[in-house]
Amino acid sequence: MNKNIKTMLWVAVALLGAFAVAGIALNRGESINALWLITAAVCVYAIAYRFYAAWIAAKVLVIDETRATPAERLDNGRDFVPTNKWVVFGHHFAAIAGPGPLIGPTLAAQFGYLPGTLWILIGAVLGGAVQDMVTLFFSTRRNGRSLGQMARDEIGVVGGSAALIGTFLIMIILIAVLGLVVVNAMKHSPWATSTVAATIPIAMLVGVYMRNIRPGRVLEASIIGVVLLLLSVGLGGWVDHHETLRSLFDHDGLPLAYGIILYGFAAAVLPVWLLLAPRDYLSTFMKLGTIMLLAIAIVILRPDMHMPAVTQFVDGTGPIFGGKLFPFVFITIACGAISGFHALIASGTTPKLLGNERDIRMIGYGGMLLESFVAIMAMIAATVLEPGVFFAINSPAGVVGKEAVDAIAKINSWGFAVTVEQMQQLASDMGESTLFSRTGGAPSLAVGMASIFGSAFGKELLALWYHFAIMFEAIFILTTLDAGTRVGRFMLQDLLGNFNKKLGETSYTPSVILTSSIVVAGWGYFLYIGVIDPNGGVNILWPLFGIANQMLAAIALCVATGILVKSGKLKYAWVTGMPLIWLVTITTSAAYEKIFSADVRVGFFAAANDMAAKLSAGTLPTDKVAVAPQLIFNQHLDAYLTMFFVVVLWVVILDMVRLCLRYLGGKPVLKLSEVPHEPSRLVENWVRD
Amino acid sequence: MLRMLKKLWCYVRHVSGDDAYEQYLKHHAEFHQATVDAPPALSRKEFFKLWQDSKWKGINRCC
Repeated sequence: MNKNIKTMLWVAVALLGAFAVAGIALNRGESINALWLITAAVCVYAIAYRFYAAWIAAKVLVIDETRATPAERLDNGRDFVPTNKWVVFGHHFAAIAGPGPLIGPTLAAQFGYLPGTLWILIGAVLGGAVQDMVTLFFSTRRNGRSLGQMARDEIGVVGGSAALIGTFLIMIILIAVLGLVVVNAMKHSPWATSTVAATIPIAMLVGVYMRNIRPGRVLEASIIGVVLLLLSVGLGGWVDHHETLRSLFDHDGLPLAYGIILYGFAAAVLPVWLLLAPRDYLSTFMKLGTIMLLAIAIVILRPDMHMPAVTQFVDGTGPIFGGKLFPFVFITIACGAISGFHALIASGTTPKLLGNERDIRMIGYGGMLLESFVAIMAMIAATVLEPGVFFAINSPAGVVGKEAVDAIAKINSWGFAVTVEQMQQLASDMGESTLFSRTGGAPSLAVGMASIFGSAFGKELLALWYHFAIMFEAIFILTTLDAGTRVGRFMLQDLLGNFNKKLGETSYTPSVILTSSIVVAGWGYFLYIGVIDPNGGVNILWPLFGIANQMLAAIALCVATGILVKSGKLKYAWVTGMPLIWLVTITTSAAYEKIFSADVRVGFFAAANDMAAKLSAGTLPTDKVAVAPQLIFNQHLDAYLTMFFVVVLWVVILDMVRLCLRYLGGKPVLKLSEVPHEPSRLVENWVRD
Repeated sequence: MLRMLKKLWCYVRHVSGDDAYEQYLKHHAEFHQATVDAPPALSRKEFFKLWQDSKWKGINRCC
């Protein structure tokens, strides 16, 4: 009886999900309600989690509840600690969900809501969540070893080095593009700039409080910090109306970029407790709070989405970034569908806290589903805007022109209605002087969120909501920037330690300054180029980041597939092999287009040649002549970097295939590095406080 | 209702690391009291320093 009800319930969920997916896919009307997307997502996730993930856990990975996890065997009360599964889930989710799932879908909305939404759902369920779960599982079985170490142990030195280099480069590109997003949000916006600047002393205050005034009182300190942050949003409005203070925070992109570069260096050199750790607490609280608030607001409000299901830009002429729907929608949305970066979190930190293997499904698979849901909400927030407004905010000046009238005329010519007055009204509602050409996703997301929050909780506070959303994005972008720079520094110190022992010491000041400078110079360079690029920079950097991130995911899936084959589970190897093949297809074809395409908005070489020709013919406007040589050099650099990514990826794949063929041919291969079985001493009802 | 709120509060404290020191003391009492020459437990300040530093050694934030 009970079983029958359950079956019927799941059939109902499946039918509802299918109905909702069909609804959003087949709708060709004016607009569609956001609730359809939410329903489709929840049903797809529920079915996938209940059936596919459970099947993988039971049949493919063969999760063993009686086996002691590294947290239990190596418990030291500090980094290896068996922890309540909900707490591990909280940590894991806070670690994987950064600004990526908010930015990617917003940019990909230029194709319409449908392609991005389908990729977020399918990619997460069959790819991203599977990757996170199997990586978490394999790392748990190997004492929480990192992805790079697992690649070295299981595939070989080549795979291990590739994973390491990939991680380092992806960090550099990621930080640069995130920095660019913040710069574009703060450009000539005294309100946003002063609020973001205020987060630095607030974080320091919280740091000192937690370290010295009331050691370890994390919650007290965080509550004080969050209150101060909210006050700083209000204070920013006051600064914005103050004649002299206003000019202090009103800057072009370039000075802001220098500011961020200086800040990144300081954050990498200063002790963690002073800036990085307290900022992370604040950003985590803000992030979880705002995402929950957004979910509630969307459910209460059920806004209509005004973006068409599919726009004409699937042909590759999109204003935000050039390139056809295939492969670029899959590159643009990495986080939220499948993100290689997660494999670094799922191997390393999380497995050291896992109390029992049976929680792997919930934490690995479930955590990714929740991130995917965040991406769906970002898609909703971007597409509730009128498409004309969306494109006016996001199209770079290099595409639509610097003057508002030109930009509006261009956007109208694409068939999207918007007027200069409408944009002016919107900007003044949001407390900004202009919203044109704020490429990068943060401002349009903030406008979307502000209008959703505004209609749910009161319209008169639109400007406050807008700057709250900007502050909320900036604070955790800056956290990723700090943490990434620091990790890059450690990786570099580790590498240099092979040549000179002293340089490898993480607390040796000259080494700290040297390696931090190298890392900051690396991303600082890309950030600088992005800011001076009239096409907005996001157009170049985001696809580069997407390719790097998907490459890392492909490496993680390679390791997993290799392990599955070596464990004699060839018949299940498709579980990781299928997303792997898809990732290799999209990264390789995207890289091919980025390098060889003749379209100047897609191909790096084509763009460089085009600009060089215009430069020598003297047809470039004077403001572009000065920066043209740097842009040309950068396009070449990006092309070679992309080539390097693809070569690294294929080397790892061929190495994995070689290993599998040797194993299947009965030849000796590297032994599985799994730690032998040890029964768990923690009984069924171990303390789950 | 009150019990639910209490549970939620415990969860928030646990997830944020607010009770990390209490957890550590529990762990210390359980595993290190048996031996005679066991080192004394760290003070709250010392523990928090070590805990925070070890937390920020590896990659723990993502895109």
